[in-house]
Amino acid sequence: MEPVTRSHRVSLPVLAVASLVLVTLALALVFFVVPNDANQGFSQRIFYFHVSIAFTAYACFAGGAWKALLHLWKRDPRADLESYVAIHQGVIFGVLVLITGSIWAKISWGHWWLWSEDQLVLFLVLFLFYAAYFMLRFSVDPGPQRANFSAVYALFGVVLIPVSFLAIRIAKSFIHPVVFTLHGPNFGGWILVTYCVAQAALLVLAYTLYRIELAGKLIDVRLRELRFA
Amino acid sequence: MTYLADVRALARKDLLLELRARDTLPAMLLFVVATFVVFHFSLPSHSSQLAASGLLWVAIVFTALLGLGRAFVPEREQRVLDGLVLAPCDRSAIWLAKAIATFAFLAAAEIVALPVFALFFHGLDGATVAAVVLADVGICAVGTFLGAMAVATRARDLLLPLLFLPLAIPIIVGGVGASVVGSPGRYLAFLALYDLLFGVLCWASFDYVVAE
Amino acid sequence: MISARKLGKRFGDKRVLRGVDLDIEDGAFAVVTGPNGSGKTTLLRLCAGLTLPSEGDLEVDVTRAAVGFLAHEPLVYRELTALENLELYGRLYHVSERRERTGMLLERFGLWDVRHDRVASYSRGMTQRLALCRVLLHEPQLLVLDEPFTALDAAGAELLDAQLSELRGDRTVLLSTHDPDRVAPLATTRLALA
Repeated sequence: MEPVTRSHRVSLPVLAVASLVLVTLALALVFFVVPNDANQGFSQRIFYFHVSIAFTAYACFAGGAWKALLHLWKRDPRADLESYVAIHQGVIFGVLVLITGSIWAKISWGHWWLWSEDQLVLFLVLFLFYAAYFMLRFSVDPGPQRANFSAVYALFGVVLIPVSFLAIRIAKSFIHPVVFTLHGPNFGGWILVTYCVAQAALLVLAYTLYRIELAGKLIDVRLRELRFA
Repeated sequence: MTYLADVRALARKDLLLELRARDTLPAMLLFVVATFVVFHFSLPSHSSQLAASGLLWVAIVFTALLGLGRAFVPEREQRVLDGLVLAPCDRSAIWLAKAIATFAFLAAAEIVALPVFALFFHGLDGATVAAVVLADVGICAVGTFLGAMAVATRARDLLLPLLFLPLAIPIIVGGVGASVVGSPGRYLAFLALYDLLFGVLCWASFDYVVAE
Repeated sequence: MISARKLGKRFGDKRVLRGVDLDIEDGAFAVVTGPNGSGKTTLLRLCAGLTLPSEGDLEVDVTRAAVGFLAHEPLVYRELTALENLELYGRLYHVSERRERTGMLLERFGLWDVRHDRVASYSRGMTQRLALCRVLLHEPQLLVLDEPFTALDAAGAELLDAQLSELRGDRTVLLSTHDPDRVAPLATTRLALA
């Protein structure tokens, strides 16, 4: 039957305000409060976002896979759409990872792309994988088959993430021996706080965007149903 | 036990179909040899032996893709798959049987392709052959699974390479590593891990791909 | 054996079935009629278990092993012979005395002489007869037949008539047709889809 709007605990306006506040706070901390990195200087600041965005993307893909599992296992009628929207958000944030990573690479090392950066390469592979998710989804008419295909593919994705990461790691023995080392920041004082705030800000932002898109898609579905009832 | 009997009956059917049609296997053979010739012309003269090893894996994956695209075609024609889905057997048996049959074709193609590679480029050691076998398992497991999905979509053969290649990247890493690096154990173990993880995932979720 | 309440099915935006109520007892002979596009095939596919309902309830009291479904398509491999096709289905359905039953059915439906020929070489009537063999091979308790007379030639239709008369009362039959008069004497339940 038609997916009923799930009653969410936190309302959308509250989320929007929370995102705004947290993102502003994060930006303020990153640009004005945190001290310059000893090794890389000002450019390293983008890392606060780069890492947070990456983690947020993983969370979106994991969330999408969880909803996919709910769809297959519990036959939850809302889960398919939720899975799709979560993965959509994941791809958006994934592209941002590639962009922020690329900017950082250019500023720090003078190259727009670094094969030696595991995270970057992983997101490239994931981008290819999830782009194919959309191709798959739009190549099938809406219905239970499309939902099943999407769900199964989402589960494949979540297994692929660690497997690919491991693959990229062990591939280092035979490709690109030149490694640009990144000195991890010392997690002291303001640095830790800033990371936490940036991470929280992005997670809340991602969830807000997810809720917005989901609401829009649900209205679309409901409209269709009313039209064809 | 009946599960294995079902798999055997289905796999026998797939092998019989290919023996009758005799088109997929010859095509794969010709394709892989042609690819090697293309590699010769695309590798500049000062390329290392290692580059050729890497390209071997590219050849294997793309040759496999050729065969995989045809895997569920007999079932898609006239919806014969419905007949199999109606049967009381576990649906995963359909996938397993098809994967086994595809493995047989891929292996048959490689029995010719690997010596040809050795002839054109350089000899292959035991580790490479072991890696090829392990990689084939992964390729056939994941490839037949995705093939079943792709054949049910509008885009069909356009879609299979897109779905398959990102998932094939770890296989290529494992394969090339085993061929090229001094101590291949790690890479062979990685390939085995891939086969295990994705094999189980395919086996457990095939039901959802063919039935509603 | 089959009971449905407010059964409905949608494919994407298209609603194919709506608000169907159905009650078929064991041993009944149910005939479904209706114009093209009224959802007969969809209803039969739902009862056979090939597809799930979008709305409503459907209960079918038999397992997959006890259902025989004759679709629009014959569901046989064109590049295999009749014998090989029935051999495969016989194994999948764990039919006891597989060889004997296969032989018996092929003979009854007049396909014994061509059993070693590829199905691709058969006429449409012959292919449909083979499909009937496939359906009857495992002696299903529930027979779901989607317009079985459509692709049959005259000889085949006679054979099917005889077969249906034989099965009546013993098995449950759900059949859709454009020609309800043909099976009128056998029918115990009728359903007309709009």
